[in-house]
Amino acid sequence: MLSGIPLFPEQASTLASEVDNLYFFVTAVTAFFALLVVVLVIIFAVKYRDPTGEKVGAPITGSIPLELGWSIIPFFISMAIFGWATIVFFHLVRAPDQTLEVYSTGKRWMWRFQHIDGQSEINQLHVPLGRPVKVIFTSEDVLHSLYMPAFRVKADAIPGRYSSVWFTPTKVGEYHLFCAEYCGTKHSGMIGSVVVMEPNDYQTWLSGGGGMSMAARGEQLFQQLGCVGCHLKDGSGRGPSLAGKYGVQETLASGATVTIDDTYIRESILTPQMKLVAGYGPVMPTFQGLVNEQGLMSLIEFIKSLPPSGQPAAAQASAAAPAAAPAQGGPR
Amino acid sequence: MTTTVLPRVTYVNVRHSVASWLLTKDHKRIGILYLIVVSIAFLLGGIFAVGVRIELTTPQGDFVSADTYNRLFTMHGVFMVFFVLVPVVPAVLGNFAMPLMIGAKDVAFPRINLLSWYVFVTGFLFTLTAMVTGGVDTGWTFYTPYSSSASNSNVMLTGVGVFITGFSSILTGLNFMVTIHRMRAPGLTWFRLPLFVWAIYATSLVMILATPVIAITVGMMALERALGFGIFDPRLGGDPVLFQHLFWFYSHPAVYIMILPPMGVISEVIACFSRKNIFGYSFVAFSSLAIAVFGFLVWAHHLFVSGISPYSAMVFSFLSFAVAIPSAVKTFNWTATLYQGAIWWRAPMMWVFGFLGLFLVGGLTGLFLASLGLDVHLHDTYFVVAHFHYIMVGGAIMGYFAGLHYWWPKMTGKMFSNSMAMLAALLVFVGFNLTFFPQFILGYLGMPRRYHAYSEEFQVLNVLSSAGASILAVGYSLIAAYLLYSLWRGEEAGANPWKATGLEWQIESPPPPDNFAVTPIVNEGAYEYSKREIKVV
Repeated sequence: MLSGIPLFPEQASTLASEVDNLYFFVTAVTAFFALLVVVLVIIFAVKYRDPTGEKVGAPITGSIPLELGWSIIPFFISMAIFGWATIVFFHLVRAPDQTLEVYSTGKRWMWRFQHIDGQSEINQLHVPLGRPVKVIFTSEDVLHSLYMPAFRVKADAIPGRYSSVWFTPTKVGEYHLFCAEYCGTKHSGMIGSVVVMEPNDYQTWLSGGGGMSMAARGEQLFQQLGCVGCHLKDGSGRGPSLAGKYGVQETLASGATVTIDDTYIRESILTPQMKLVAGYGPVMPTFQGLVNEQGLMSLIEFIKSLPPSGQPAAAQASAAAPAAAPAQGGPR
Repeated sequence: MTTTVLPRVTYVNVRHSVASWLLTKDHKRIGILYLIVVSIAFLLGGIFAVGVRIELTTPQGDFVSADTYNRLFTMHGVFMVFFVLVPVVPAVLGNFAMPLMIGAKDVAFPRINLLSWYVFVTGFLFTLTAMVTGGVDTGWTFYTPYSSSASNSNVMLTGVGVFITGFSSILTGLNFMVTIHRMRAPGLTWFRLPLFVWAIYATSLVMILATPVIAITVGMMALERALGFGIFDPRLGGDPVLFQHLFWFYSHPAVYIMILPPMGVISEVIACFSRKNIFGYSFVAFSSLAIAVFGFLVWAHHLFVSGISPYSAMVFSFLSFAVAIPSAVKTFNWTATLYQGAIWWRAPMMWVFGFLGLFLVGGLTGLFLASLGLDVHLHDTYFVVAHFHYIMVGGAIMGYFAGLHYWWPKMTGKMFSNSMAMLAALLVFVGFNLTFFPQFILGYLGMPRRYHAYSEEFQVLNVLSSAGASILAVGYSLIAAYLLYSLWRGEEAGANPWKATGLEWQIESPPPPDNFAVTPIVNEGAYEYSKREIKVV
């Protein structure tokens, strides 16, 4: 690629052009002001040049209208940029309701991607064309940052929390995937590629792996770790029922409310005493060290798949149902 | 009757022993002591930068190993930020010139002034030890949990060095504030003060209020590293993002510690070489204070993709746009100052022109990063690297050189070669743009920062950047050469070679040990150039 100097990155997501339009606008505005000042400085420097150093300048001390003008006009222009940029930002961070979810963990120095149907891959992420994809990720050690320039998305991977990015790919192809937060020796080797495929090719690729779906693996863990003994479906156990709870607001023993999301489920497994649901005693032991990041993600996916109690559990244990993802709606 | 003419007694020749320098309480000598240490740090930081640029001429990591590369950019950042950019203008030029500019015989606390130099040197020596015993690889930002739990390099020693150096800033800030409040010459009211003094005052405020936070933050990081306190590492129950909040609560205001004093220099030099009042004096003065205050409220714009809530990101984005306005006001006022001036093209003024061009680009590209929708893509890419180099090197270092050239005849009594100095300014300006402008494009293309090896399509722009860096290196070496040469062979400068108005130009060069034989009385503003003669261009 030494033939020419590239100036703009490829646009491969629905939001890429939105980001680029904003970029061109800000570039135009700032270039105008830069040129204005540079041209004025050059004109004044040449026109009023005094080679002798003996003369003196005109006794001008200032002008209130000018001061107000060059404070207020830039302020309004910058507010216009602020407004536009904030709108674009909310498009970038607010994923639509229906997304294809992929879980990921970063650790020095690789990215592991876990598809909910069971496929997993290292430093490569396969996604279908035209469908919104949401990557939910965390880090197993230090900070990392998942960056896909062609989609204009980035978010830090933070140990102990979940972050996410979402995008809808618009072009088949292979794109860069970088770690953007410095993480030590092979930071610049913590790279990979996103492969955008035609939906049919993607289905073929997905079914090639086999294995157990994340929800099924989560259910298995739910049994093995003994969670099932207390979190009874009908709510009669020592712990609250988890059926249909994902995305719901709960009142805590402290009186505060919390939305049951990925991070809350994770916290409740690792530090269960911290945010107890009202009406339940502090009886749950910690599972720190007993379940790894992948296990936690599977448990979360299992809890997400549970329908409200009374309805049949359709999604669970469907190990070989590759196209199940879009059917699982609900607030994510 | 025969008389021998004794050489005039100046602060330089009043005593000659090394001890007389190391135990001096004279603010001018302390300024020179800082100049020496800061120049050494600048040289070291520059050498590290050369290593980085050589590595990046090829996409493969083939010049040094990944671990060495990580140490190179970290040590470059640590030396340049903590030992060059923060002290360079306040401690070198501020120490030398500020008391002279207000008509004082010294700073308020001369012994504390010397102490702050020793504290600075102690911190420098710790960091130097960390460097020669293997270096540090965390990046100058020391982000946790990498720094507290993972890195195998000399984090502790460097942290101690940065911690100690912070106290030097605090002491200097305190000293300058008291000096400016209490020791102005009779008649030198606040609104007659030179704008450099206003800038030093605003900077001192930031130094006193922000620096303790970095000391505490680095201290907590060290406690976690050494004793396993769970403050930042989630495995120990901590929160890694908390570190970023605390770190930037200092380090964003620190950007203003770096840029405000050079802005003050620009106001002095531009007024002198335009032979005019500064346009909008009070707006320039108050914009320094506005920047100092608002600078404390924008730290989280470094955390837009670090998992803060979108609404708090909105607030910090808004405030970041707001802080851009006072900087814009200053730039417009400087430009307007040139209008109908009598502009004398001498070397210090060339550095001002360079400053204006580069600071403009640096400031305007800040708007891209304050824009939430763009920062998601640009964060932690070369766009950020280019932006802050335009501010810190293009702005702060150009401003420092403007000031160093402006006050050099006062400091040394000698004149440097004007044509050489103009050539150096041109080389630095061209070299700088060639080095850093391609990095904006690299950043938008998506090249992440702190990469030892990179994808092939980024090579052409990286080669351009490295080529620019070599021009920059020639420019900086040239400055060192002709300034040192002037000490030996320079013409006598005389008291006021630039025909400037400030009080510091009314005494001989170099100044006598006690500055003013008679305390000056001030009865007009700082820049009454146009009153001096009737003839107007």
